[in-house]
Amino acid sequence: MMAPSTVHFVILAALLFGIGAAGVLLRRSGIAILLGIELMLNAGNLALVAFARQHGSLDGQVFVFFVMAVAAAEVAVGLALLVAIFRKQQAIDVDRLAIMRW
Amino acid sequence: MVMAVFVVAAVLAVVSALAAVSHRDPVVNVLSLVVTFFCVAVCFALLGAHFLAAAQVLIYAGAILVLFLFVIMLLGAPQTANDEARRPVQRTAGLALAAIVVVGGALLALTMQAVPPAAPVGSNAHAIGTAMLTTHAFSFELVSVLLLAAMVGALVLVRRKQ
Repeated sequence: MMAPSTVHFVILAALLFGIGAAGVLLRRSGIAILLGIELMLNAGNLALVAFARQHGSLDGQVFVFFVMAVAAAEVAVGLALLVAIFRKQQAIDVDRLAIMRW
Repeated sequence: MVMAVFVVAAVLAVVSALAAVSHRDPVVNVLSLVVTFFCVAVCFALLGAHFLAAAQVLIYAGAILVLFLFVIMLLGAPQTANDEARRPVQRTAGLALAAIVVVGGALLALTMQAVPPAAPVGSNAHAIGTAMLTTHAFSFELVSVLLLAAMVGALVLVRRKQ
């Protein structure tokens, strides 16, 4: 049995990214949208590591660490926004948060 | 053997990712995403990035998703669960966009020539740490500033007005 190639990993990454994108586009709960973004970031990480191995370089893996740090920052601010919105509106349904739309 | 592990991890990752974005209960969403992230960590290990696999479990499954669970419990799981479907036009457009992403990514991957990977690099914590603190030292410092800004921003956002 052969070993999985870069193509396999990139196809898996594309699938996970698409599922995450569908979650962001289809869900209305703010938490579900943030979860979808996390899934997309993770799919990107998987592709980065796969290509890093393909090119025999460590830079891709270092970049994944930076992506993880940015994801942590994004989640902290995103969830803080959700908590603040929930306190004002008693809802995190993004379709009901239309106060900034004219 | 390696291929079998990859197939199991990939199938489990896709199935749990689907559960993570489609289930109504936010707690189930988060716990399914934990499974997905574990499977991605397995893929990292298969790619030779063992340190990243450990970091994936520690940071994503350990820290970020626990933060999600914490906020869900803070807001109250029932209140976060009311999530009716979007309007049909939104749903169609969203599914079409997601399908374009998947098909495009898969086509792009399939057009890649089957070049065998370069010689595996020593993917240990030592090599990554050296690269991070020498070649990428500036980015490393920027990330620390970003984390500080995020921490202050989160505190400001959730602070109650006196």
